[in-house]
Amino acid sequence: MHILSEQFSVWAIPGLIFIILVVGVVRRVPVYEAFVEGAADGFQTAIRIMPYLIAMMVSINIFRFSGAFEACVNVIQPFLRHVGIPTDLVPLAIMRSLSGSGSLGIVSELFHTYGPDSLVGRIASTILASTDTTFYVLTVYFGAVGIRNARYAPLVGLCGDAAGFITSIYLCRLLFE
Amino acid sequence: MGLFQRSPVGGGIVVNHIWFLFMVVGIVYAAWHGQIGVVTQAAVTAAESAVALAFKLIGVMCLWLGLMKIAERAGMIRLFSVIIGPVVRMLFPSIPRNHPALGNIILTLSANLLGLGNAATPFGIKAMQQLQQLNSKPDVATEAMCTLLALCTTGFTLIPATMIALRSAAGSAAPADIVGVTVITSLVATFAALTADFVCRLLLTRGRR
Repeated sequence: MHILSEQFSVWAIPGLIFIILVVGVVRRVPVYEAFVEGAADGFQTAIRIMPYLIAMMVSINIFRFSGAFEACVNVIQPFLRHVGIPTDLVPLAIMRSLSGSGSLGIVSELFHTYGPDSLVGRIASTILASTDTTFYVLTVYFGAVGIRNARYAPLVGLCGDAAGFITSIYLCRLLFE
Repeated sequence: MGLFQRSPVGGGIVVNHIWFLFMVVGIVYAAWHGQIGVVTQAAVTAAESAVALAFKLIGVMCLWLGLMKIAERAGMIRLFSVIIGPVVRMLFPSIPRNHPALGNIILTLSANLLGLGNAATPFGIKAMQQLQQLNSKPDVATEAMCTLLALCTTGFTLIPATMIALRSAAGSAAPADIVGVTVITSLVATFAALTADFVCRLLLTRGRR
Protein backbone atom coordinates (compact mmCIF):
# COMPACT_ATOMS: atom_id res chain seq x y z
CA MET A 1 0.00 0.00 0.00
CA HIS A 2 2.84 2.33 0.91
CA ILE A 3 4.77 1.62 -2.32
CA LEU A 4 1.58 1.87 -4.34
CA SER A 5 0.50 5.23 -3.00
CA GLU A 6 4.05 6.55 -3.23
CA GLN A 7 4.24 5.50 -6.88
CA PHE A 8 0.85 7.02 -7.51
CA SER A 9 1.84 10.41 -6.15
CA VAL A 10 5.03 10.37 -8.23
CA TRP A 11 3.15 9.59 -11.45
CA ALA A 12 -0.10 11.50 -10.95
CA ILE A 13 1.05 15.01 -11.91
CA PRO A 14 3.32 14.11 -14.86
CA GLY A 15 0.61 11.77 -16.12
CA LEU A 16 -2.06 14.44 -15.90
CA ILE A 17 0.13 17.00 -17.70
CA PHE A 18 0.92 14.45 -20.40
CA ILE A 19 -2.72 13.55 -21.00
CA ILE A 20 -3.81 17.20 -21.16
CA LEU A 21 -1.07 18.01 -23.69
CA VAL A 22 -1.75 14.99 -25.90
CA VAL A 23 -5.51 15.51 -25.95
CA GLY A 24 -4.93 19.21 -26.61
CA VAL A 25 -2.73 18.51 -29.62
CA VAL A 26 -5.12 15.86 -30.96
CA ARG A 27 -8.00 18.33 -30.69
CA ARG A 28 -5.89 20.93 -32.53
CA VAL A 29 -5.57 23.35 -29.62
CA PRO A 30 -2.58 25.72 -29.94
CA VAL A 31 -1.19 24.35 -26.68
CA TYR A 32 1.53 26.90 -26.00
CA GLU A 33 -0.71 29.91 -26.63
CA ALA A 34 -3.52 28.41 -24.60
CA PHE A 35 -1.17 27.73 -21.68
CA VAL A 36 0.14 31.29 -21.65
CA GLU A 37 -3.38 32.69 -21.89
CA GLY A 38 -4.54 30.64 -18.92
CA ALA A 39 -1.41 31.31 -16.89
CA ALA A 40 -1.83 35.07 -17.16
CA ASP A 41 -4.92 34.65 -15.03
CA GLY A 42 -2.97 32.97 -12.23
CA PHE A 43 -0.82 35.99 -11.51
CA GLN A 44 -3.73 38.35 -10.97
CA THR A 45 -5.59 35.88 -8.80
CA ALA A 46 -2.62 35.27 -6.51
CA ILE A 47 -2.04 39.02 -6.15
CA ARG A 48 -5.71 39.63 -5.36
CA ILE A 49 -5.52 37.11 -2.52
CA MET A 50 -2.54 38.76 -0.86
CA PRO A 51 -4.27 41.41 1.30
CA TYR A 52 -6.74 38.85 2.63
CA LEU A 53 -3.93 36.45 3.38
CA ILE A 54 -1.95 39.13 5.22
CA ALA A 55 -4.96 40.17 7.30
CA MET A 56 -5.76 36.62 8.32
CA MET A 57 -2.23 35.49 9.03
CA VAL A 58 -1.35 38.59 11.07
CA SER A 59 -4.41 38.14 13.25
CA ILE A 60 -3.82 34.43 13.83
CA ASN A 61 -0.12 34.97 14.53
CA ILE A 62 -0.78 37.71 17.09
CA PHE A 63 -3.28 35.45 18.81
CA ARG A 64 -0.88 32.52 18.76
CA PHE A 65 2.34 34.14 19.92
CA SER A 66 0.84 36.49 22.51
CA GLY A 67 0.19 33.44 24.67
CA ALA A 68 -3.58 33.79 24.28
CA PHE A 69 -3.71 30.58 22.24
CA GLU A 70 -2.04 28.61 25.02
CA ALA A 71 -4.36 30.17 27.59
CA CYS A 72 -7.34 28.99 25.52
CA VAL A 73 -5.88 25.52 25.31
CA ASN A 74 -5.41 25.46 29.09
CA VAL A 75 -9.03 26.47 29.65
CA ILE A 76 -10.44 23.85 27.29
CA GLN A 77 -8.11 21.00 28.26
CA PRO A 78 -9.79 19.87 31.51
CA PHE A 79 -13.18 19.58 29.78
CA LEU A 80 -11.82 17.52 26.95
CA ARG A 81 -9.76 15.33 29.28
CA HIS A 82 -13.03 14.55 31.02
CA VAL A 83 -14.45 13.12 27.80
CA GLY A 84 -11.34 10.98 27.31
CA ILE A 85 -9.49 13.09 24.75
CA PRO A 86 -5.70 12.92 25.21
CA THR A 87 -4.53 16.26 26.61
CA ASP A 88 -1.65 16.61 24.14
CA LEU A 89 -4.03 16.63 21.18
CA VAL A 90 -5.96 19.69 22.33
CA PRO A 91 -3.53 22.27 20.84
CA LEU A 92 -3.70 20.42 17.51
CA ALA A 93 -7.49 20.37 17.57
CA ILE A 94 -7.62 24.14 17.85
CA MET A 95 -4.63 24.91 15.63
CA ARG A 96 -5.79 22.68 12.76
CA SER A 97 -8.44 25.08 11.50
CA LEU A 98 -6.28 28.18 12.06
CA SER A 99 -2.83 27.53 10.66
CA GLY A 100 -1.38 24.82 8.43
CA SER A 101 2.24 25.43 9.40
CA GLY A 102 1.23 25.75 13.05
CA SER A 103 -0.52 22.39 13.12
CA LEU A 104 2.30 20.76 11.18
CA GLY A 105 4.67 22.02 13.89
CA ILE A 106 2.49 20.54 16.63
CA VAL A 107 2.34 17.17 14.86
CA SER A 108 6.11 16.97 14.43
CA GLU A 109 6.49 17.81 18.10
CA LEU A 110 4.07 14.99 19.00
CA PHE A 111 6.02 12.65 16.70
CA HIS A 112 9.19 13.66 18.50
CA THR A 113 7.73 13.08 21.96
CA TYR A 114 5.61 9.97 21.39
CA GLY A 115 6.81 8.57 18.05
CA PRO A 116 4.73 8.42 14.86
CA ASP A 117 3.47 4.90 15.60
CA SER A 118 2.13 5.69 19.08
CA LEU A 119 -1.60 6.18 19.59
CA VAL A 120 -1.19 9.95 19.91
CA GLY A 121 1.06 9.99 16.83
CA ARG A 122 -1.50 8.08 14.80
CA ILE A 123 -4.41 10.23 15.89
CA ALA A 124 -2.38 13.35 15.09
CA SER A 125 -1.50 11.97 11.63
CA THR A 126 -5.14 11.20 10.90
CA ILE A 127 -6.31 14.65 11.98
CA LEU A 128 -3.68 16.40 9.87
CA ALA A 129 -4.42 14.27 6.81
CA SER A 130 -8.20 14.23 6.91
CA THR A 131 -9.09 17.90 7.37
CA ASP A 132 -7.86 21.15 5.85
CA THR A 133 -7.00 24.53 7.37
CA THR A 134 -10.49 26.02 7.35
CA PHE A 135 -9.50 29.66 7.79
CA TYR A 136 -6.79 29.50 5.13
CA VAL A 137 -9.14 27.95 2.59
CA LEU A 138 -11.80 30.49 3.50
CA THR A 139 -9.37 33.39 3.10
CA VAL A 140 -7.92 32.24 -0.21
CA TYR A 141 -11.14 31.15 -1.92
CA PHE A 142 -13.33 34.03 -0.82
CA GLY A 143 -10.49 36.54 -1.08
CA ALA A 144 -9.95 35.62 -4.71
CA VAL A 145 -13.44 36.82 -5.62
CA GLY A 146 -13.70 39.63 -3.09
CA ILE A 147 -16.31 38.06 -0.81
CA ARG A 148 -16.37 39.95 2.51
CA ASN A 149 -19.43 38.42 4.11
CA ALA A 150 -18.75 34.69 4.40
CA ARG A 151 -22.15 34.05 6.02
CA TYR A 152 -22.35 30.59 7.56
CA ALA A 153 -19.31 29.17 5.74
CA PRO A 154 -16.88 29.38 8.73
CA LEU A 155 -19.40 27.59 10.94
CA VAL A 156 -19.82 24.82 8.38
CA GLY A 157 -16.04 24.38 8.05
CA LEU A 158 -15.59 24.20 11.81
CA CYS A 159 -18.35 21.58 12.08
CA GLY A 160 -16.41 19.47 9.59
CA ASP A 161 -13.19 19.95 11.57
CA ALA A 162 -14.84 18.97 14.83
CA ALA A 163 -16.37 15.87 13.26
CA GLY A 164 -12.99 14.87 11.83
CA PHE A 165 -11.28 15.38 15.18
CA ILE A 166 -13.76 13.24 17.12
CA THR A 167 -13.88 10.52 14.46
CA SER A 168 -10.09 10.20 14.27
CA ILE A 169 -9.77 9.79 18.03
CA TYR A 170 -12.58 7.25 18.14
CA LEU A 171 -11.32 5.19 15.19
CA CYS A 172 -7.65 5.22 16.22
CA ARG A 173 -8.61 4.12 19.73
CA LEU A 174 -10.71 1.33 18.25
CA LEU A 175 -8.03 0.09 15.86
CA PHE A 176 -4.66 0.89 17.36
CA GLU A 177 -5.08 0.92 21.14
CA MET B 1 -19.48 47.39 5.68
CA GLY B 2 -19.12 47.99 9.39
CA LEU B 3 -17.05 45.75 11.59
CA PHE B 4 -19.99 44.95 13.80
CA GLN B 5 -22.56 44.48 11.12
CA ARG B 6 -24.83 41.60 11.96
CA SER B 7 -24.61 38.61 9.69
CA PRO B 8 -27.73 37.59 7.77
CA VAL B 9 -27.75 34.28 9.66
CA GLY B 10 -28.69 36.22 12.75
CA GLY B 11 -25.43 36.80 14.58
CA GLY B 12 -23.62 33.71 13.40
CA ILE B 13 -19.85 33.52 13.10
CA VAL B 14 -18.54 36.23 10.81
CA VAL B 15 -14.93 36.46 9.71
CA ASN B 16 -14.93 40.13 10.75
CA HIS B 17 -15.68 39.22 14.34
CA ILE B 18 -13.15 36.41 14.51
CA TRP B 19 -10.48 38.62 13.01
CA PHE B 20 -11.17 41.46 15.43
CA LEU B 21 -11.32 39.07 18.39
CA PHE B 22 -7.99 37.41 17.59
CA MET B 23 -6.25 40.77 17.18
CA VAL B 24 -7.65 42.42 20.32
CA VAL B 25 -7.44 39.37 22.59
CA GLY B 26 -3.87 38.74 21.44
CA ILE B 27 -2.73 42.32 22.03
CA VAL B 28 -4.49 42.66 25.39
CA TYR B 29 -3.21 39.27 26.58
CA ALA B 30 0.37 40.11 25.60
CA ALA B 31 0.15 43.51 27.31
CA TRP B 32 -1.30 41.94 30.46
CA HIS B 33 1.59 39.50 30.65
CA GLY B 34 4.16 42.19 30.02
CA GLN B 35 5.36 40.93 26.67
CA ILE B 36 3.86 43.40 24.25
CA GLY B 37 6.98 43.23 22.08
CA VAL B 38 5.94 39.77 20.95
CA VAL B 39 2.98 41.28 19.11
CA THR B 40 5.17 43.41 16.87
CA GLN B 41 7.33 40.47 15.95
CA ALA B 42 4.31 38.21 15.34
CA ALA B 43 2.53 40.77 13.16
CA VAL B 44 5.54 41.61 10.99
CA THR B 45 6.58 37.98 10.53
CA ALA B 46 3.05 36.98 9.55
CA ALA B 47 2.70 39.81 7.04
CA GLU B 48 5.98 38.82 5.43
CA SER B 49 5.18 35.13 5.26
CA ALA B 50 1.73 35.88 3.83
CA VAL B 51 3.39 37.65 0.92
CA ALA B 52 5.84 34.76 0.50
CA LEU B 53 2.88 32.37 0.45
CA ALA B 54 1.01 34.43 -2.14
CA PHE B 55 4.10 34.52 -4.35
CA LYS B 56 4.50 30.78 -4.06
CA LEU B 57 0.86 30.52 -5.08
CA ILE B 58 1.51 32.55 -8.25
CA GLY B 59 3.65 29.80 -9.74
CA VAL B 60 1.25 26.99 -8.92
CA MET B 61 -1.76 29.01 -10.04
CA CYS B 62 -0.15 29.90 -13.37
CA LEU B 63 0.93 26.33 -14.02
CA TRP B 64 -2.46 24.77 -13.40
CA LEU B 65 -4.58 27.50 -14.91
CA GLY B 66 -2.38 27.32 -18.02
CA LEU B 67 -2.86 23.57 -18.31
CA MET B 68 -6.54 23.98 -17.59
CA LYS B 69 -6.92 26.40 -20.48
CA ILE B 70 -5.60 23.70 -22.78
CA ALA B 71 -7.98 21.15 -21.27
CA GLU B 72 -10.86 23.59 -21.59
CA ARG B 73 -10.15 24.37 -25.25
CA ALA B 74 -9.84 20.66 -25.97
CA GLY B 75 -13.30 20.11 -24.48
CA MET B 76 -11.99 17.90 -21.68
CA ILE B 77 -13.63 19.82 -18.86
CA ARG B 78 -17.01 19.67 -20.56
CA LEU B 79 -16.62 15.92 -21.01
CA PHE B 80 -15.64 15.58 -17.39
CA SER B 81 -18.71 17.40 -16.12
CA VAL B 82 -21.01 15.34 -18.33
CA ILE B 83 -19.67 12.16 -16.71
CA ILE B 84 -19.55 13.09 -13.01
CA GLY B 85 -21.93 16.05 -13.29
CA PRO B 86 -25.13 14.50 -11.88
CA VAL B 87 -23.64 13.97 -8.39
CA VAL B 88 -22.21 17.47 -8.23
CA ARG B 89 -25.43 18.99 -9.55
CA MET B 90 -27.26 17.38 -6.67
CA LEU B 91 -24.96 19.16 -4.21
CA PHE B 92 -25.26 22.47 -6.04
CA PRO B 93 -28.91 22.86 -7.00
CA SER B 94 -28.50 26.60 -7.61
CA ILE B 95 -25.95 26.22 -10.44
CA PRO B 96 -27.57 26.07 -13.88
CA ARG B 97 -27.03 22.96 -16.01
CA ASN B 98 -23.88 22.99 -18.14
CA HIS B 99 -22.46 25.99 -16.31
CA PRO B 100 -18.64 25.96 -16.54
CA ALA B 101 -18.31 26.19 -12.74
CA LEU B 102 -19.46 22.56 -12.47
CA GLY B 103 -16.42 21.34 -14.40
CA ASN B 104 -14.01 23.18 -12.13
CA ILE B 105 -15.79 22.04 -8.99
CA ILE B 106 -15.36 18.46 -10.17
CA LEU B 107 -11.67 19.07 -10.87
CA THR B 108 -11.10 20.52 -7.39
CA LEU B 109 -12.79 17.58 -5.76
CA SER B 110 -10.82 15.09 -7.88
CA ALA B 111 -7.52 16.81 -7.07
CA ASN B 112 -8.36 16.75 -3.37
CA LEU B 113 -9.42 13.13 -3.61
CA LEU B 114 -6.06 12.16 -5.05
CA GLY B 115 -4.20 14.20 -2.45
CA LEU B 116 -2.89 16.70 -5.00
CA GLY B 117 -3.44 19.60 -2.65
CA ASN B 118 -1.71 22.31 -4.65
CA ALA B 119 -3.58 21.45 -7.84
CA ALA B 120 -6.92 21.64 -6.02
CA THR B 121 -6.54 25.30 -5.04
CA PRO B 122 -6.38 26.82 -8.57
CA PHE B 123 -9.39 24.79 -9.74
CA GLY B 124 -11.31 25.76 -6.62
CA ILE B 125 -10.52 29.43 -7.11
CA LYS B 126 -11.53 29.24 -10.75
CA ALA B 127 -14.83 27.63 -9.69
CA MET B 128 -15.36 30.43 -7.15
CA GLN B 129 -14.78 33.04 -9.84
CA GLN B 130 -17.36 31.38 -12.06
CA LEU B 131 -19.82 31.16 -9.16
CA GLN B 132 -19.21 34.86 -8.55
CA GLN B 133 -20.64 35.57 -12.02
CA LEU B 134 -23.94 34.08 -10.81
CA ASN B 135 -23.86 36.20 -7.65
CA SER B 136 -26.16 39.20 -7.44
CA LYS B 137 -24.46 40.62 -4.29
CA PRO B 138 -20.76 40.45 -5.13
CA ASP B 139 -19.40 40.80 -1.59
CA VAL B 140 -21.76 38.29 0.04
CA ALA B 141 -21.17 34.55 -0.38
CA THR B 142 -23.87 32.61 -2.23
CA GLU B 143 -25.23 29.25 -1.11
CA ALA B 144 -23.29 27.43 -3.81
CA MET B 145 -20.08 29.15 -2.65
CA CYS B 146 -20.67 28.02 0.93
CA THR B 147 -21.23 24.44 -0.24
CA LEU B 148 -18.04 24.52 -2.30
CA LEU B 149 -16.14 25.85 0.69
CA ALA B 150 -17.61 23.11 2.90
CA LEU B 151 -16.23 20.55 0.45
CA CYS B 152 -12.84 22.25 0.21
CA THR B 153 -12.24 22.86 3.92
CA THR B 154 -12.86 19.22 4.70
CA GLY B 155 -10.84 18.25 1.62
CA PHE B 156 -11.92 14.65 1.18
CA THR B 157 -8.71 12.67 0.66
CA LEU B 158 -8.25 9.18 -0.70
CA ILE B 159 -4.46 9.07 -0.66
CA PRO B 160 -2.84 11.16 2.06
CA ALA B 161 0.53 11.20 0.29
CA THR B 162 2.00 14.12 2.24
CA MET B 163 1.17 12.54 5.57
CA ILE B 164 2.67 9.20 4.57
CA ALA B 165 5.88 10.95 3.58
CA LEU B 166 5.91 12.88 6.84
CA ARG B 167 5.43 9.77 8.95
CA SER B 168 8.09 8.00 6.97
CA ALA B 169 10.51 10.85 7.62
CA ALA B 170 9.72 10.72 11.34
CA GLY B 171 10.89 7.08 11.42
CA SER B 172 7.54 5.31 11.36
CA ALA B 173 7.65 1.53 10.91
CA ALA B 174 4.29 1.57 9.12
CA PRO B 175 3.79 5.03 7.60
CA ALA B 176 0.78 4.03 5.49
CA ASP B 177 -1.32 2.28 8.12
CA ILE B 178 -3.31 5.43 8.82
CA VAL B 179 -4.71 5.45 5.27
CA GLY B 180 -7.87 3.49 6.11
CA VAL B 181 -8.63 5.61 9.17
CA THR B 182 -7.92 8.80 7.23
CA VAL B 183 -10.31 7.88 4.43
CA ILE B 184 -13.14 7.11 6.84
CA THR B 185 -12.41 10.18 8.95
CA SER B 186 -12.39 12.57 6.03
CA LEU B 187 -15.58 10.97 4.71
CA VAL B 188 -17.25 11.62 8.07
CA ALA B 189 -15.87 15.19 8.17
CA THR B 190 -17.10 15.91 4.65
CA PHE B 191 -20.49 14.44 5.41
CA ALA B 192 -20.74 16.50 8.63
CA ALA B 193 -19.81 19.71 6.81
CA LEU B 194 -22.32 19.04 4.04
CA THR B 195 -25.02 18.34 6.61
CA ALA B 196 -24.18 21.56 8.47
CA ASP B 197 -24.26 23.39 5.16
CA PHE B 198 -27.66 21.93 4.33
CA VAL B 199 -29.09 22.85 7.73
CA CYS B 200 -27.73 26.41 7.52
CA ARG B 201 -29.15 26.81 4.04
CA LEU B 202 -32.58 25.62 5.19
CA LEU B 203 -32.61 27.88 8.25
CA LEU B 204 -31.48 30.83 6.20
CA THR B 205 -34.07 30.55 3.46
CA ARG B 206 -36.78 30.03 6.04
CA GLY B 207 -35.65 33.11 7.96
CA ARG B 208 -35.80 35.21 4.81
CA ARG B 209 -39.35 34.36 3.84
